[in-house]
Amino acid sequence: MNRARIEENLFKGLMLISTVTILTCLLLILGTIIVKGLPAMNWAMVSQIPKGGFYLGKEGGILNAILGSLYLATISTVLSILISLPVVLYLNVYAKKGSRLAYFSRFSFDVLWGIPSIVYGAFGFTIMLYLGLRASLLGGIIAVTFLIFPIMSRAIDEVMRMIPAELLEASYALGATRLETAFKIVIRQSLPGILTAVLIAFGRGIGDAASVIFTAGFTDYIPYSLFRPAATLPLAIFFQLNTPIPEVQERAYASAFILTLIILLVSLSCRFLTKRFTKHLIK
Amino acid sequence: MNKKRLLKDKIAAKFMLGLVIFSGLLVFLIAFGLYYRAKPILDIKPLGQLLFSSSWRPLRGDFGFFPFIIGTFWVTAVAIFIAVPFSLLTAVYLSEYAHKLVRELTAPLIDLLAGIPSVIYGIWGVLVVVPLIKNHLAPFLGTFSTGYSVLSAGIVLAIMVFPVIIHVVIEVLRSIPNELRDASLALGATKWQTVKHVVLLKALPGIVAAVVLGVSRAFGETMAVLMIAGNVAKLPGSVFDPAYPLPALIANNYGEMLSVPLYDSALLLASLILLVVVLGFNVLSRIILIRIERRIQ
Repeated sequence: MNRARIEENLFKGLMLISTVTILTCLLLILGTIIVKGLPAMNWAMVSQIPKGGFYLGKEGGILNAILGSLYLATISTVLSILISLPVVLYLNVYAKKGSRLAYFSRFSFDVLWGIPSIVYGAFGFTIMLYLGLRASLLGGIIAVTFLIFPIMSRAIDEVMRMIPAELLEASYALGATRLETAFKIVIRQSLPGILTAVLIAFGRGIGDAASVIFTAGFTDYIPYSLFRPAATLPLAIFFQLNTPIPEVQERAYASAFILTLIILLVSLSCRFLTKRFTKHLIK
Repeated sequence: MNKKRLLKDKIAAKFMLGLVIFSGLLVFLIAFGLYYRAKPILDIKPLGQLLFSSSWRPLRGDFGFFPFIIGTFWVTAVAIFIAVPFSLLTAVYLSEYAHKLVRELTAPLIDLLAGIPSVIYGIWGVLVVVPLIKNHLAPFLGTFSTGYSVLSAGIVLAIMVFPVIIHVVIEVLRSIPNELRDASLALGATKWQTVKHVVLLKALPGIVAAVVLGVSRAFGETMAVLMIAGNVAKLPGSVFDPAYPLPALIANNYGEMLSVPLYDSALLLASLILLVVVLGFNVLSRIILIRIERRIQ
């Protein structure tokens, strides 16, 4: 009996240590980025594009990368909504319960979710070669859309599957078509879940570097056309960190701080939206 | 009026079905696209030579992926070796022991860990893990390391894999009926004995699936590894040596890829290899997880 108790306490201790270690890792990462990044922050970082000699430590900021990333992630997110929403509505409203197509689609979203972003980058690159595009904002958008739409679809599907069948039946009984039910009942009922899914996908899109490294390229200017290269925050961090000049490395920390801030904001608004919008739902 | 509504419904159905089919076929489209671009090099060199030759001299037309494959293998192995015990213990704690309040507080934090971009993990690795290994761990063990090594990359990857494994294991543990736990407790088993002999045994296939998903995540992770692993195209002799994993190779050479003949083909072949391996892992673990889900229903 005593041995059992010792073992119980030993493992309980180990579990606590593991949990604390993992949470400490998170705090350490955020802490390091804040401690290193905050002192390197200044107004020029977020308000100017790189000036001559920026990569040697001279004047300028990373407005090009901030805007590039925002454009890229926003457009990709919108395109993903346009793909994900119809797909998931079809699976939940049109497809028969337990249909093979729905089963196969859900399986393929799971598999797509697991494909590394560098593979999406390489695939985006092959599409660009096929279409004769150069590294451009459009190329980046193609790759990032492919990367994030499975994530979004999977997340929206999770919520739509929870909608009770009675709700749909009530709508049909009133004479609504499936399309009207989909847009007026299903979307409204799963709105908080959809918003969360959109934010998750946006966060993934803005933080990913491997998928844009071939496709979006890099430039010191703010992109003004879909066919021009676009700078992105993760790549700006990567390039700045790789220079031997301390001032430029400082800027990498500041850029990392900005990116982390965006991710934290996205994550917080997810929480907030879920709380705020769930109160109007029919349960 | 009614006809118009029905027509709209039908058109929408066709359009949506088209998108569903497209998204279902995307995996095949990606595989085909990469294969099509990798074909020039596959036509010239036998696959066995590409996979198992250690000679990487693109300018001379030698494309041996072996050092990169082994590099990926090492980095992934170290990451999983660290990640599995930590994430299993944490998942068991959160699902079996922790108070509901603790669970609700930690869930968003673990989600946040999953949401941090890999480039942030990379910069953290360069700032914290690399110096730690260079200045403390390697001298302590009597060896030399620049810090940019298999071990550093493994540690950072382990942290990135934590949320993947924890998330899936918690789901699996939740799916185990409480009656089983009650029965075991009623027989006089302690909580840990119940977990060890009943819960974990029942959850074993799900845990395997979670670990396999973790492996595939670590296998394809690019930016963090690119920044930390050191990128030397040689077989690593110990965990303190640098490695050059496959994803890092692809990402690092995007600039030169069009100027050297067959280089782009070789790099897209590398992506194809990555895709095939990750796909294999993913399909395997998803099948296990779907079986578990079915058993419950």
